[in-house]
Amino acid sequence: MNDFRYFRIDQFPEFLKQLMQSGYRVIAPTIDQEAIVYAEIQSIDDMPQGYTDEQKPGYYRLQHTGNQRFFDYAVGPHSWKRYLFPPLQLISTSIKSQDGWTFEDHVDEGEPYAFLGVRACELAAMRIQDRVFLEGSYVDTNYQNRRNASFIVAVNCAVPSANCFCTSMNTGPKCKSGFDIALTELSDGFLMEIGSSLGNEMVTPLGFPSATEEQLTESESISDHATEQIKKTMDTTDLRNRLMGQLEHSHWKEVADRCLSCTNCTMVCPTCFCSHVEEVPDLNQERVDRRKSWDSCFNPGFSKLHGTPVRNDTRSRYRQWLTHKLATWHDQFGESGCVGCGRCITWCPVGIDLTVEVAALCEEEP
Amino acid sequence: MPEKLRLGIFKFASCDGCQLSLLNAEEELLELAELVEFAHFPEASSRIESGPYDLVLIEGSISTPNDLDHIQKIRRQTDTLVTIGACATAGGIQALRNGANHDEFMKLVYPHPEFVQSLATSTPISNHVSVDFELRGCPVDTGQLLQIISDKLHHRKFSVPDHSVCRDCKLQNIVCVSVARGIPCLGPLTQAGCGAICPRFHRGCYGCFGPCHQTNTDGLTDWLIKDGHSSAELIPLFLNVNAEAPEFARTGAQLMRQDSAEGESHE
Repeated sequence: MNDFRYFRIDQFPEFLKQLMQSGYRVIAPTIDQEAIVYAEIQSIDDMPQGYTDEQKPGYYRLQHTGNQRFFDYAVGPHSWKRYLFPPLQLISTSIKSQDGWTFEDHVDEGEPYAFLGVRACELAAMRIQDRVFLEGSYVDTNYQNRRNASFIVAVNCAVPSANCFCTSMNTGPKCKSGFDIALTELSDGFLMEIGSSLGNEMVTPLGFPSATEEQLTESESISDHATEQIKKTMDTTDLRNRLMGQLEHSHWKEVADRCLSCTNCTMVCPTCFCSHVEEVPDLNQERVDRRKSWDSCFNPGFSKLHGTPVRNDTRSRYRQWLTHKLATWHDQFGESGCVGCGRCITWCPVGIDLTVEVAALCEEEP
Repeated sequence: MPEKLRLGIFKFASCDGCQLSLLNAEEELLELAELVEFAHFPEASSRIESGPYDLVLIEGSISTPNDLDHIQKIRRQTDTLVTIGACATAGGIQALRNGANHDEFMKLVYPHPEFVQSLATSTPISNHVSVDFELRGCPVDTGQLLQIISDKLHHRKFSVPDHSVCRDCKLQNIVCVSVARGIPCLGPLTQAGCGAICPRFHRGCYGCFGPCHQTNTDGLTDWLIKDGHSSAELIPLFLNVNAEAPEFARTGAQLMRQDSAEGESHE
């Protein structure tokens, strides 16, 4: 049984100060470009207090509520993979000298980041990316360094969006593991669950009191209420086999007529991990940078072999993405690649909803 | 030191902006001058030398009878010919006259149209001579321009990224203007290269780098119209600097038909 503490809303700055004094740069929800994004903050004033969001397929709007609450919204366009698996990475540099070429690997020691406001579905996504980058035959040491350097303050969702379906993917809305500290925003303060020894070291100096029975009950009812509000569902029963049995379904073509193959779903997905590596020489070819950047199975060039793409139309690209995410991910990593965060639905510029497409694809054709 | 690359830069119907993109490469220009002989670059130097050229960059579209002859002469003196920008690659904004009444336009604009030698159409360079590579954009991106010159210098295959602008937005933390603000944006249909400059300033992309490979224009217009945007509002997104790019031309024409049908049904 984890330790539960409580602090008042006016003690929130003390908690933040403790994170910073422990040497962490705090990355938290903040408002930028009409959305709630994850960026470095200096004080709780940088956080979206009194804001919520409205989400539908292909639709996101920031809304001002004017209340005192800090976390009454669902996940936005960013995910934490931006920090753990940055979109642009310098891998190595080669420099030409009189004696020949020298090669230098770029080592990312990992910035000490405290991620504040990580939701349950996002903890699940981190766990999935850990398996991809750390638990296979090859370990991405830069990812490992970044992951080890991070401190995780999770938050239990109180207000999910209409695109959330974590309950179907069994990842939320309540955080169960994978955090150092998990907060629940109560009516007058925060319940704080300590999930690791690192978390315990962090909060002990603050001297926050143990939570009362009433506070624990209030926290439970907030999570129960959030669960009830999640209306979107995806039937995951035997989904791997059901999807793989429908590879020639006519509905793939129907989706392809709407899909723009623009890559947005894969860019916002917190588990999509594809990248490409390119060599970028300077004008004189005396220095070559090897750079890695996010790529997507929706780019025609992504499947290029022998000069031509293997998946040369949107139908096959959409099918590749969906069946990998929900079916063959099981074969590769022993679990689903979807956490039910709903980002691919919200940030699709033409509002394609994978839960709707999956339901249609699993219907038998006459 | 290998022999310098003889570079020629020629201009047809255009605004000179793409050539300026090369001059804007201020930091690299001196380094470039070590490797390249600017044999024909009237925008930058009055010292003009005749061909042959190793690499020619063509700005602008074919829009006068004189152009028809001139481009053939350049091609004959050139090893590798690369078009730079939307005019040279897709006809440019001036291609809006294609399919319209050219004579009427002339009378409207010029008091004495008989003095103006102009073709009824503005067409891409590739309609007239073989082109080795087309660089998109209005204007072209300085980085891509330098890369092409460097590729030629070092005998590499020409290649630029062919993904959509959306990926560049996401890589740079730019929040989608379409989803978060309801601004119609051609980013999902448009080839990257600009660095997503319009969305970065909270504007929708208007496709100045032209359509992506296998782009689905109908998918986007169907959604935007269902979302409450009018055909009239969407026409200028497709019919501007890349109006002659086949996918944009077809979609633009379709929106024009829908718009006039909507107009008639209101009358």
